[in-house]
Amino acid sequence: MANSQENPNYYVPESSWYPVGIAAAVFCLILGLGNFLNDIKSGGDGSLFMSLLGLALIFTVLYFWYGTVIRENESGIVNTQLKKSYVWGMGWFIFSEVMFFAAFFGALFYARVLAVSWLGGEGGKGITGEYLWPEFKPEWPVMTNPNPELFPGPAENMQAPSTASAWAKYLPLWNTVILLSSSWTVHMAHSAIKNSKRGAIKFWLGLTVLLGCIFLVLQAEEYIHAYQELGLTLETGIYGSTFFILTGFHGFHVTLGTLILAVSLYRVFRGHFNHEDCFGFEAASWYWHFVDVVWVCLFFFVYIF
Amino acid sequence: MSEVVVGHDHHDDDDHHHGPAKGIARWLFTTNHKDIGTLYLWFSFAMFLIGGCMALVIRTELFEPGLQFVDPEFFNQMTTNHGLIMVFGAIMPAFVGLANWLIPMQLGAPDMALPRMNNLSFWILPFAFGLMLSTLFMEGGGPNFGWTFYAPLSTTYAPDSVTFFIFAVHMMGASSIMGSINIIATILNMRAPGMTFMKMPLFCWTWLITAYLLIAVMPVLAGAVTMMLFDIHFGTSFFSAAGGGDPVMFQHIFWFFGHPEVYIMILPAFGIVSAIIPTFARKPLFGYDSMVYATASIAFLSFIVWAHHMFTVGMPLAGQLFFMYSTMFIAVPTGVKVFNWVATMWQGSMTFETPMLFAIAFVVLFTMGGFSGLMLAITPADYQYHDTYFVVAHFHYVLVPGALFSIIAAVYFWLPKWCGNMYDESLGKLHFWLSFVGVNVTFFPQHFSGLAGMPRRIPDYALQFADFNMISSMGAFLFGFSQLLFMYIVIKAIRSGKPATGQVWEGAHGLEWTIPSPAPYHTFTTPPVVSDSNAHN
Ligand code: HEM
Ligand SMILES: [Cu+2]
Repeated sequence: MANSQENPNYYVPESSWYPVGIAAAVFCLILGLGNFLNDIKSGGDGSLFMSLLGLALIFTVLYFWYGTVIRENESGIVNTQLKKSYVWGMGWFIFSEVMFFAAFFGALFYARVLAVSWLGGEGGKGITGEYLWPEFKPEWPVMTNPNPELFPGPAENMQAPSTASAWAKYLPLWNTVILLSSSWTVHMAHSAIKNSKRGAIKFWLGLTVLLGCIFLVLQAEEYIHAYQELGLTLETGIYGSTFFILTGFHGFHVTLGTLILAVSLYRVFRGHFNHEDCFGFEAASWYWHFVDVVWVCLFFFVYIF
Repeated sequence: MSEVVVGHDHHDDDDHHHGPAKGIARWLFTTNHKDIGTLYLWFSFAMFLIGGCMALVIRTELFEPGLQFVDPEFFNQMTTNHGLIMVFGAIMPAFVGLANWLIPMQLGAPDMALPRMNNLSFWILPFAFGLMLSTLFMEGGGPNFGWTFYAPLSTTYAPDSVTFFIFAVHMMGASSIMGSINIIATILNMRAPGMTFMKMPLFCWTWLITAYLLIAVMPVLAGAVTMMLFDIHFGTSFFSAAGGGDPVMFQHIFWFFGHPEVYIMILPAFGIVSAIIPTFARKPLFGYDSMVYATASIAFLSFIVWAHHMFTVGMPLAGQLFFMYSTMFIAVPTGVKVFNWVATMWQGSMTFETPMLFAIAFVVLFTMGGFSGLMLAITPADYQYHDTYFVVAHFHYVLVPGALFSIIAAVYFWLPKWCGNMYDESLGKLHFWLSFVGVNVTFFPQHFSGLAGMPRRIPDYALQFADFNMISSMGAFLFGFSQLLFMYIVIKAIRSGKPATGQVWEGAHGLEWTIPSPAPYHTFTTPPVVSDSNAHN
């Protein structure tokens, strides 16, 4: 089995059709999506066929690709040095994700702290806002936009309530609880692997996947609530824009994370991972912790403050 | 050095390694860093020719005042696509191609750390650029908002094809991020025993830091285009003041990416020049350690200077002062580097083969670009220079005789190692002189037309600028056509050059010169032991 060996040579894989397959599939997805969006914008019906095909192809190739990587790992040709490459690879990938979210957090801070108050006539740059939209009052969340005809504001916002009883019914709080506990359960799963307790691994990892799913359901619930009852949509100005892009991309990452953890769970059932070789699982859990940290930032800066 | 040779001789009895596959399958499916490097380099050259043709369209229109050849709408598409293709399609992939070829050989590694992902990083690019070029043929035309794609030109007022432009940028970004992860993993994890960090060739150092910059800023660019996509298709108002957003915010986010990006295009060049000058001066590089620290400080500073591109948008005074001083501060580590190159040549026994000529031209002309940059960094002066041809002259000096010359120098320098043959030295020198003259004739006059007030990105201009523009256009054609000579020289060397020795250059040091030329398909499958004599310098 894996890692009992010490292969002196770094394993360089044979040539492979997976990468170019992924590139072509991504192209298919993106071409389809672009055509779809442009078609919708110009009043057409838009067909998602091509993008869904692209997506299906991506998953198909990934299935083979990861299958191969897992087989290589299980067959023992992977030496410690190559494993370290995977570790570095995952670590730097997560750093790139951090920077992706940083762009949206940056937009949130810039809009909140600078743009909105300038539009409201404050500071040296306030003169433009004062001249264009003298009515506009700077506040956060922005409930009435500078030009309410173009961008009608939301009826209500998602900001945290002030009374204790309302907090108990405040969905984002429960989502925080769920996600934080899932970080803990995934950690428990990791300890279980380290102690070679197969049953416990299944339990804790399964619980983590379940918590991820619950989070996603609640998030969907929250979006429906926002769209149908609060009148808070993507089109309601800068507050809605930053709210949905941050929570939306976070939700997208939770979806991916849940999927990756589910694959790990499946691998546990297949007997994969042992106490000294479980990087596939560890990578998934790092990703999960990262998604969790992003949520904590979101909870503070999007919901509470 | 002998242990190195022993090390690589082992490669035959390594059963999962054999020669390349046959035909097109080799290139589509390869996981070999040398194949992938070659793919990157030829791709980049193709993009260079396409982007070059666009530049010639621009220079043809500007040859004389008035509107003669293309309509202004198309002119804008040309300036936009010229910039995008040269930055993302020519310069960056060329450096990645060089990294692929050289980093494993310089570190004594069998290949890049993650070979399949390496193939993916490359093969995304043809799709991305195919998509981007196809926008030129779409209804409403291609991107026409400048390579910096400021909102609202790129959102509210953009042609429909902007959607595909956005996705193309996403793909390029994914390619760069994966390529960088690979380079970092290789450098951190694949160094041969004894190849400590401070023994690494500077090219590896500069790429390590470049890759870090790329991973830090490409996702920010992805975020920026994603917000554009949402503004265009989903009714958000990130960059629309009417909804509480701010178009200036776009510029901040863009330049937070954009300024590190310009260093992404020059740091690997520093590494190349730091390899070539010691070789032909036959002296170790002066101040190796300070080169490493200077590179790191440039990378750090590049994150805190971005708003020098935005002095005229209206920023609080404190911001203007901060960005002015931080920008000027970059001149310090940059100066350290130039000093070290000159000190390396000082009292060296120099010879002037083609790579050295390009490297010396790099030092001189890049420095000129640095000086014009310093002029632009002075906020009140920039009020005058901003968006004029002076800026165009500045960044072309750092990018053409800067980044591009270093790439050409690298090709001449390492080509014998790659293909096993020498290039034709007299033709190489001819190529150098044509390029050197061409580049200066093209871009030097632009300083003057800029200082006199000629705006950039304009298809027509006042009569007073006519002479400078005519000279500039003539230089551009000279420079452009000389590059066909470059292609001829390279192909001729590959097919029928004089065989090269393993060391190729008398003064060359480093692991890549210890293996035969052409480099075998697999090198260092068993890591060499690095002695001091084949470390950097
Ligand atoms: C001492 C170093 C440098 C300084 C002080 C400097 C300063 C500046 C400043 C202040 C501007 C803005 C001018 C304006 O738009 O009004 C500028 C533009 C630019 N610089 Fe530099 N620069 C330096 C080096 C470089 C290098 C090494 C590169 C690339 C390899 C570069 C590429 C560019 C580009 C592409 C632009 C124009 C962007 C655009 O508006 O399209 N610069 N530089
Ligand atoms: Cu800059």
